Amino acid sequence: MNTKRPTARLAGLFLAALAAVSAASASEVPSAIAGRVQLPADVAALPVEQAILTAPPLVPPPITRRTPARVVVNLEVKEVVARIADGTDYTFWTYGGTVPGSFIRIRAGDVVEFHLNNHPSSKLPHNIDLHAVTGPGGGAASTFTAPGHSSQFTFKALNPGLYVYHCATAPVPMHIGNGMYGLILVEPEEGLPPADKEYYVMQGDFYANGAFAGGGLQTFDTPKSIDERPTYVLFNGAVGSLVGDKALTAEVGQSVRLFFGVGGPNLVSSFHVIGEIFDKVWLEGGSRLAQENVQTTLVPAGGSTIVDFKVNVPGTYVLVDHSLSRAFNKGAIGMLKVAGPEDRVIYSGKEVDAVYFGSSAEEGSAAAKRQAELENKIKAEIKSNPTIAGLTKEMQIEKGKQVYMQNCFACHLPTGEGMAGVFPPLAKSDFLLADRERAIRVVLKGMSGPITVNGHPYNGVMPPQGEVLTVEQVADVLTYVTNSWGNSADAFTADEIRKVKGE
Amino acid sequence: MPLRRTSPARPRLPLLALLGLALAALAPALRGGEAMAVIPAGAYRPIARATTDPEIVPVTAFRLDVLPVTNGEFLAFVTAHPQWRRSRVSPLFADETYLAHWAGDLDPGPSAALDAPVVHVSWFAARAYARSLDKRLPALAEWELAAAAGYDTPSGRDEPAFTRDLYAWLSAPTADPLPSVGAFRPDFHGVRALHGLVWEWVDDFDTAMVTGESRADAARDQNLFCGGAAASATDPGDYSAFMRQALRSSLKARQGTASLGFRCAADLPLPPSAP
Repeated sequence: MNTKRPTARLAGLFLAALAAVSAASASEVPSAIAGRVQLPADVAALPVEQAILTAPPLVPPPITRRTPARVVVNLEVKEVVARIADGTDYTFWTYGGTVPGSFIRIRAGDVVEFHLNNHPSSKLPHNIDLHAVTGPGGGAASTFTAPGHSSQFTFKALNPGLYVYHCATAPVPMHIGNGMYGLILVEPEEGLPPADKEYYVMQGDFYANGAFAGGGLQTFDTPKSIDERPTYVLFNGAVGSLVGDKALTAEVGQSVRLFFGVGGPNLVSSFHVIGEIFDKVWLEGGSRLAQENVQTTLVPAGGSTIVDFKVNVPGTYVLVDHSLSRAFNKGAIGMLKVAGPEDRVIYSGKEVDAVYFGSSAEEGSAAAKRQAELENKIKAEIKSNPTIAGLTKEMQIEKGKQVYMQNCFACHLPTGEGMAGVFPPLAKSDFLLADRERAIRVVLKGMSGPITVNGHPYNGVMPPQGEVLTVEQVADVLTYVTNSWGNSADAFTADEIRKVKGE
Repeated sequence: MPLRRTSPARPRLPLLALLGLALAALAPALRGGEAMAVIPAGAYRPIARATTDPEIVPVTAFRLDVLPVTNGEFLAFVTAHPQWRRSRVSPLFADETYLAHWAGDLDPGPSAALDAPVVHVSWFAARAYARSLDKRLPALAEWELAAAAGYDTPSGRDEPAFTRDLYAWLSAPTADPLPSVGAFRPDFHGVRALHGLVWEWVDDFDTAMVTGESRADAARDQNLFCGGAAASATDPGDYSAFMRQALRSSLKARQGTASLGFRCAADLPLPPSAP
């Protein structure tokens, strides 16, 4: 504490200047500057290129060179007010003006000259911890930058993989909670397998001093953050950022790759795309293809994943955190719209919509009573309407034909003529048409021993079908054979069959 | 302040210098006795400290400017002290952003209203200004003690209206242009705009414990065992204190930013000597 009181103003100024000089060296301590690195000749000789940075959901093009380069990255930190939900704005802190920040794509072995520029309008100092960096803090201390200043440091990308970067300035949960994170892809030296479409999606949890889509301008809420009670859980920084005309797109038959990360600050993600299966997953953003045919993959806070899948069927596929309250109530929804021709074998769409009562409606329950009422009504209607009754017989004949062609035709032949001396005929069969109950009994319980059909003797074996066919099928097949090949009879009912079966 | 003028060709015109001196002489009078508030003695708990640092820093009673220093007041200062004008200041004491938003050496211009707080000033300049008025910059502990006050009580953390206003400002980008210093509600001590307008230099800003790598700060003292951000923090829930510490840590004494100003402090008058 300074308690000296100079007697003369001029003298005071002079003393202040002297004191200031000594203080100047002390003030260098917080962020020591090491000076520019002297690159060895082989590194200095590498080609220099400016990194292409993209805003989400876009990804810079794959790296085609197969040798290392010196890559210059210029990333600007900016504090901006932007839409977080319908009618609601939020004060975001960003890398490059977007949440998540700009996507950075380099190749393993590259030497990166990284510039972090903190916009003069920023209220706070910021820095960057790139998980792709090997070294203390991932670059955090080296990039600690006051508003209106710029920091530079150099790193060599030693490990391939998909890495999160984020601000590491205290209070860190607030800097990340306001949107300060992004992804940096370090491609393996041989590159990634090709994909038709590549997209960039990151999940983050937001703690606002208001309700979900509460309207107006919202800002960070410290108690909610400490309690980990997010107001929003979002893909790419806003409700609806990947919905409607902002949805991701692909064509049927294309392979889609998502570079997915979780900024946090607190939540992990059960990442899932509804209606798709990840053909390949580079688990946790590592460089080895770790898993195939995955429904939901777990992504840690400050972690990532790469997923590939082929889209086979057109439609809208919804990206969610399968911790579903976040999707349903807090905004964690995105969409992938796939255009192209249908393939109804892979996916038919809805084929049938029928009334269903449930076969096990409890006896005496309201549902069972309603079902019984309706069935009686249908029966009465059928009885009183000869057209429908006739139609019913025709349908039975049609269904019975199918039963016959599966179970009976091998012996009795499709023509119903049987085989002389071995299998008796059904066509114009006096034995069949003479006795309905006997006909039912023969089908249900089988028959053996001598009989005479149309004047010819038979002595074979008819196997019983009662355990093979339902009573409805027995009724149908009997209706078919007694109304085909010149035969004619009333339709058999299920009740008739049941009566004989119960004997 | 009647002195909105077109930029002078050369600032060494005798008439102008006289005017500046007159202004400089006038400035303390303008601030008057009630322009400083008395902050009663108290204690400050550092947000982050090494094990060898005291847990509580006692603060004796002192006086603190009710308002931050304005462009108008700083204009009077640089008029009277030409070595602090933008064109003349030593690069040792101010970097190239010093008063960069002013239209001219002695002309704040349209983006720096006379009643708005002065920003883009270095710690050296702020200190020189205070000395020119027989004042000083507040110590970090003094500033934090005063700034802990809410609207109605000495501890704003327990006042919902106060914390709401505080975090709304902390989260928002810097206003451009900055508003007048006069529009702020007085706090419990009668001080205005300690929060909600600009950050403020303190005399010992460079003792802040935050490095760029916040999670490693604990490692600055080898007695601490863990590198978590909050490992050495006495109250990891006080985010506003972390933000001020982070800002102070990011600064060097010759720098300034678009949202960093200052106000002055002074010791309480000595008791009148016996006749």
